[in-house]
Amino acid sequence: MSIHSKKELSKKMFSNPHWDFESIELANEITDYFGKSFLKLDTYPNQIEVVTSEQMLDAYSLIGLPTSYPHWKFGKDFVINQNNYRQGRMGLSYEMVINSNPCISYNMENNSTCLMVLVIAHACQGHNAFFKGNYMFKDWTSADAILDYMVFARDYVLKCEDEFGYEEVEATLDACHALMNLGVDKYKKPSERSIREENERLRQLVDFKRESYNELWKTIPSSTSPIVEERQRGAEVEENILYYIEKNAPRLPQWKRELIRIVRKVSQYFYPQSQTKVMNEGFATFTHYHLINKMHDEGFLEEGFMLEFLHHHSSVIFQPPYSSKFFSGLNPYTLGFNIFMDMKRICENPTAEDKAWFPNMAGKDWLEHFHFAMQNFRDDSFLLQYLSPKVMRDMRLFAIRDDEKEKHYEITAIHNESGYRKLRESISSQYARENYVPDIQAEKGDLHESNVLKLIYNPIHNYQLNDKEAEETLDYVRYLWGFPVHLYRKNKLGVNQLLKKSY
Amino acid sequence: MGKIIDRRQNSKGKSTSNRHRFLRRVEDQIKKALPDLISQEKITDASKGGTVRVPIKKISEPSFHHDGRTGNKTTVRPGNDRFNQGDKIPKPPSGEGKGSGQGQGSNDPAVTEDEFSVTITRDEFLHYFFDDLELPNLLKKYMEQTEATKLRRAGYSKEGSPAKLAIKTSYQQSMARQIAIKGVLKKKLEGLKAAYESSTDVEEKASLLAEIELVEKQMKNVPFFDHIDLRYKNHEPHPQPITSAVMFCIMDVSASMGEHEKDIAKRFFTLLYIFLQKQYKKIEIVFIRHHTVAKEVDEEEFFNSRESGGTIVAPSLKLMRDIIRERYNLSDWNIYCCQASDGDAWSERDAVECRNIIKEQLLPQVQYMAYLEINNSEYSSYLWQNYKAISEDSGFSIRKIYQVSEIWPVFKGLFKKKSVIKTT
Repeated sequence: MSIHSKKELSKKMFSNPHWDFESIELANEITDYFGKSFLKLDTYPNQIEVVTSEQMLDAYSLIGLPTSYPHWKFGKDFVINQNNYRQGRMGLSYEMVINSNPCISYNMENNSTCLMVLVIAHACQGHNAFFKGNYMFKDWTSADAILDYMVFARDYVLKCEDEFGYEEVEATLDACHALMNLGVDKYKKPSERSIREENERLRQLVDFKRESYNELWKTIPSSTSPIVEERQRGAEVEENILYYIEKNAPRLPQWKRELIRIVRKVSQYFYPQSQTKVMNEGFATFTHYHLINKMHDEGFLEEGFMLEFLHHHSSVIFQPPYSSKFFSGLNPYTLGFNIFMDMKRICENPTAEDKAWFPNMAGKDWLEHFHFAMQNFRDDSFLLQYLSPKVMRDMRLFAIRDDEKEKHYEITAIHNESGYRKLRESISSQYARENYVPDIQAEKGDLHESNVLKLIYNPIHNYQLNDKEAEETLDYVRYLWGFPVHLYRKNKLGVNQLLKKSY
Repeated sequence: MGKIIDRRQNSKGKSTSNRHRFLRRVEDQIKKALPDLISQEKITDASKGGTVRVPIKKISEPSFHHDGRTGNKTTVRPGNDRFNQGDKIPKPPSGEGKGSGQGQGSNDPAVTEDEFSVTITRDEFLHYFFDDLELPNLLKKYMEQTEATKLRRAGYSKEGSPAKLAIKTSYQQSMARQIAIKGVLKKKLEGLKAAYESSTDVEEKASLLAEIELVEKQMKNVPFFDHIDLRYKNHEPHPQPITSAVMFCIMDVSASMGEHEKDIAKRFFTLLYIFLQKQYKKIEIVFIRHHTVAKEVDEEEFFNSRESGGTIVAPSLKLMRDIIRERYNLSDWNIYCCQASDGDAWSERDAVECRNIIKEQLLPQVQYMAYLEINNSEYSSYLWQNYKAISEDSGFSIRKIYQVSEIWPVFKGLFKKKSVIKTT
């Protein structure tokens, strides 16, 4: 059946508020058709799963992954979400989608037909294409391998629990989780392995050990000798602390190194998501908005459907002002959507201001720019590049400075001629990772001299570390490292000052 | 194009094993919270599970973070309605205002942890509740005592009283017998008739004819019911757990019963209630409070009313007796009673009367009765003295208690004693 012969069918099916599987299939087909023909989206195949609210809660606690290694943290997240949901403090999202191939999305069973079509356009076209196209995801994750890898991780952790007892496994994972944010390679692309490759790697490791087994080694006190660090020879610090510990911890048993590795891989997998929230949501919202409107223009949708759609759409991009009691920061959906919409406007109907600000974009093909922007940026660079004066005016953005030394907050920029650039810089640095993940790196010392691990905190904006948390985290590092850990803070003169020690 | 999968039929408990790992981690906190929970909640709520507050400390997930109160940071916000560049806004006196924070709308779950509490299901609740008490064993022992037998249909028997006659089955038996006998006779008759036709000998013919007549007569005389046809409905006794129970909570609310005493009583009642609820499908509670007069009240009034006066105990027991007579048929209900008092009775005559009511009227009717004296003085009250005299009777136990910590051991003691008595 050609897409146009589905017109009447879709009108009939999508006007019924109660979806059925035929209507989901049809929605998937039509959005896919227009996604390709109209927006030129390149997507992974979709795997749409209809789930109950409880299953959605399950999905929440594993951040959408169909499986993950067992840990109490996921149970805690489930309980927190469930409490919030039951007591009405939190609604469940209509969908959840993960970066995998095929691209798995979960759709709530109690969505109306309109919502189903909307979330299919949003997730299965928008997010899906973003996962496939954005350089962060391309470079840092392997959508083909992740599902497989998580199965390996689960089995491996279960095996460790059997063999070494859950207490040890739990303590190790707890410690790894404390360092999860500092377990990411920011500059080097990691390679994801599939379950088969991973098992093969482990087997070879065992073989190697067996073949090179030597009675003499038994006499050496440390149970496993450190694996010599080859990477970045010459660099003095290692930003991926988990990696450093995995490779250099003096007497960590092999299975614990493997656990560190698993947490590292997962952390790396989620790394691009935290860096592209505004873009990803903005892109998906832009996509569903255009696809649904296109479908309406082409006669696939009734007026009633559109009314319901507009209601959902406008609540998604609702941005309460700073003074509202509903205010909880900038809504990434709104910010991202507004920017993408404005890019399109600049391409199609540029003003003099646009021509001055975006000479390369004004008057050009919007679809091309839309794809270029989606593919080549992350939140901070995206905002720095594309946040236009018009969007700043429309959202009435302003920047407020909070210096702990001052008695006053200061408005440093507002949406006027002299403020635009400053606003853009402020918002960009606000979304930069360093703003919410402290820059702490491991100093590569000579481990023959002492087994002390030196961590160096390099503060930005004069931030102090949260004292109590730093102490607890340092104890976790100590647990993994097995020897004393010192935390230093770099001061303005570049001198390291000792902050804390964990013995 | 991809595929569409209906996951709704899949198992829901995907997070179960992680939840168990989580619960294992907070078990200690939950156990510590139980006594509090019992004293906070209504008795009838306590068994529904409820919310246990778990301290944040042990389940926090620390990592390196900036201290939001420090530094020199700039945040962009939407909806400017009054500010100009360079405006200065005084900070709120607490030093922490809207300006602090991570900047973007954080969806970090850690945000909600300030008021963290765990909701555990009823089963989980009971699991922890009884875990410390070693009650499961006790329960089992105790359950053995509370089985009754009930007759259950068990096919048919050939003997029985006329009232149990199963007419349909008997009729079927009779039909079968008639068909069988008539079939045999008919065959015989046919054989005889054939012999008669083919016979030429007159004498033989006469004898055959006589025989034919006899058989025809027999066929007519096959009885409609024979005693071997009769079937009686058969019933066998079957062990049947008793499924309903009523608990009487009797509390002295005279002036001498302070908040502490009531609290102890309430905790004890709650425990008893949960214990019984584990055993019975249906459980009711009757609250009786008394000073000089006894009155049936609801839970709210039972624990919270300020009404007070002198103390006469016997009317409460009489009231209980009357309520049993009116509402709780002994064959349907297991009756329990827990009486809590500080032992302060008006007169010895009152105490003696109580003793007599319990011994003669209540004990034959109740499964078990406990008297709890919330009193730490050395001297023995009238009630105590009198009850002590009958406390060896099966199904009646008395205990003194004053501290919260004594509730568990006393409760255990009470029920252990009961099972010992019954099993010996």
